[in-house]
Amino acid sequence: MILARIVGTVVATRKDPRLVSNKLLIARPMDPHGKAEGNYLVAVDTVDAGVGETVLIVSGSSARMASGMKDCPVDAAIVGIVDAVEVAAGD
Amino acid sequence: MQLAKVIGDVVVTRKDDALHGIRLMVLQPLAPDGSAIGRTLVAVDAIGAGVGETVFFVRGKEASFPFYPTEVPTDAGIVGIVDQVDVPRT
Repeated sequence: MILARIVGTVVATRKDPRLVSNKLLIARPMDPHGKAEGNYLVAVDTVDAGVGETVLIVSGSSARMASGMKDCPVDAAIVGIVDAVEVAAGD
Repeated sequence: MQLAKVIGDVVVTRKDDALHGIRLMVLQPLAPDGSAIGRTLVAVDAIGAGVGETVFFVRGKEASFPFYPTEVPTDAGIVGIVDQVDVPRT
């Protein structure tokens, strides 16, 4: 799983029927210190996250194991809203 | 599977129901010589690893298998704590 910050939303009218009524958000992956890294991605939201929040994203086929995502065509799902990341000193 | 060092943990109150009661650790993947390699990631802990320990973890859907039959939505999971790594010089 990766840490990411939500930077925006996606509106899509025409989409796979299994994606209907799912919220799609744009996320920017980040390291544990909050520094952005890597490419933006679109993730389906299962925990009611909002723009500006730090979230936990599960990718690949595991994204389908998120709540309500069974058999949905997704490869990234937001499964948690992060309160805090604690990193040992020096790492 | 890959070697990694546990460098921290993540506190998440609002999360998928299947993740409740499962610890989330921040991992830094390691080369066999102990140097950091690649990006950090967050993994579920099926073993009871602590910050500072060297572990090995599995990527992909298999990361949820230790919690079977619960379908935990994760793509990375710690499955062992490393005691020692020996890599003979070639």
